[in-house]
Amino acid sequence: MAFGFERVSVVRAGRRVLDEITGWIPAAGITVVAGPSGAGKTTLLRLCNRLEIPDAGTVSYRGQPLDELDPLALRRRVGMVFQRPTPFPGSVADNLAVAHPEAGAGEMDAALKRVALDPGLLGQEARTLSGGELQRMCLARTLVTQPETLLLDEPTSALDEQPKRAFEQTARELAARGITIIWVTHDAAQADRIADRIYHLRDGHLTGAPKEEARP
Amino acid sequence: MNDTVSWLGLALSLLLVAVAAGISWWQRLGLQRQILIAAARALAQLLLVGAALTLVISPGRAIWWSWLWVAAMLGYAATVARRRAPEVPHLLGLALASFAAAAVVTLGVLFGLHVFPLTGRTLVPIAGMMVGNSMTATVLAGRRLTDELRDKRDEVEARLALGQPSRQAATPYVRAALHAALTPQIETTKATGLVFLPGAMTGLILAGAAPLQAVLVQAVVMFLVLAATATTTAVIALGLVRRLFTADHRLVYLPAPAGR
Repeated sequence: MAFGFERVSVVRAGRRVLDEITGWIPAAGITVVAGPSGAGKTTLLRLCNRLEIPDAGTVSYRGQPLDELDPLALRRRVGMVFQRPTPFPGSVADNLAVAHPEAGAGEMDAALKRVALDPGLLGQEARTLSGGELQRMCLARTLVTQPETLLLDEPTSALDEQPKRAFEQTARELAARGITIIWVTHDAAQADRIADRIYHLRDGHLTGAPKEEARP
Repeated sequence: MNDTVSWLGLALSLLLVAVAAGISWWQRLGLQRQILIAAARALAQLLLVGAALTLVISPGRAIWWSWLWVAAMLGYAATVARRRAPEVPHLLGLALASFAAAAVVTLGVLFGLHVFPLTGRTLVPIAGMMVGNSMTATVLAGRRLTDELRDKRDEVEARLALGQPSRQAATPYVRAALHAALTPQIETTKATGLVFLPGAMTGLILAGAAPLQAVLVQAVVMFLVLAATATTTAVIALGLVRRLFTADHRLVYLPAPAGR
């Protein structure tokens, strides 16, 4: 199991964003958490990366409660790509170097190829890339830290159909190579296309996820 | 020091206030009342401070009265900084700490190395220059860093999500804030003497000091201000980073300031 949630609640500005969520997310393939805007999907992912902490309950990763793990080490094992691309100033290579300062040219080339970007873009100013290319660069930047798990927060919501499909294809390839992917989206058609399993989040409640950790 | 201003001279200089008020009346700006109140208030405050300073730094008075004055200035400046930048969390304590650090550095060099003799007459005005300039720089640096971290939250969190420790993730924004806070002071320092004659020098020359002596004092004061602003802004920025990130490397929630 990748992530476990036990009676997890998050309250923001008096509103219960997540309401006593219990469930498990398997450590294999692509798990889609689907739900309308404002359902708490982003908050759920941010809990997994410990950019936020719950007001009640326990989130665990591979059986260990997150508050017992070093947050910096956790974030390198569990990468995250945000809804809007977040390029840092400088070239594509500068961006990858923020994630992995010792990465050599070979590693950077390989990271771009894994997300179907031309390694010739390494020297290009990141902010001049197209939306689809930028989001791929952000994925490549996360991949150079060699995470076991990827959290994708509606990563294609700002993309046109063609780059969206290409991004989905890349995610499928990463999952096939053994990277666990948790993808949140409000796009039901996309969920059907990419998911190995779909859980639903609505009004702070999670449905569809197993309540007990599966025993092998 | 024989070119002093008499009370009659002061009264005559009020003509200049009348000129300002007259322009406001002529152009129907409606600022006459404000101008008169401002002038009267400034005069009353200066007279009060002058009377208090006469007591504090008169010859034979114990130096700790002057230190007390300096401490009061630090405290007051910190409250002013907080009032001017209410959107910056924990600014009161941070400002106090940064002014104290700047005081140790600047007063340490100037008095420790005997650039000036340590008397009430030197301590109070020098500390005043230090605090006044530090206060402006504190507000600039604190505001800029808080704005940067709030407005670029996505970028900051993307750095954190890559496993960067909070201090490292904040570095680009700390640099931007320090740059913004120090640049005006550096520009002022560059233009000194060419574009304008600074206050301390003007005052000394008006009071009858030899121009060379006035220049030396002014140069020391400029260097003092440069060191003070650099020290305060660095302490503010690094202190703020500690307050705006949690121990487990999360960026705290930063509400948008009122009116934006």
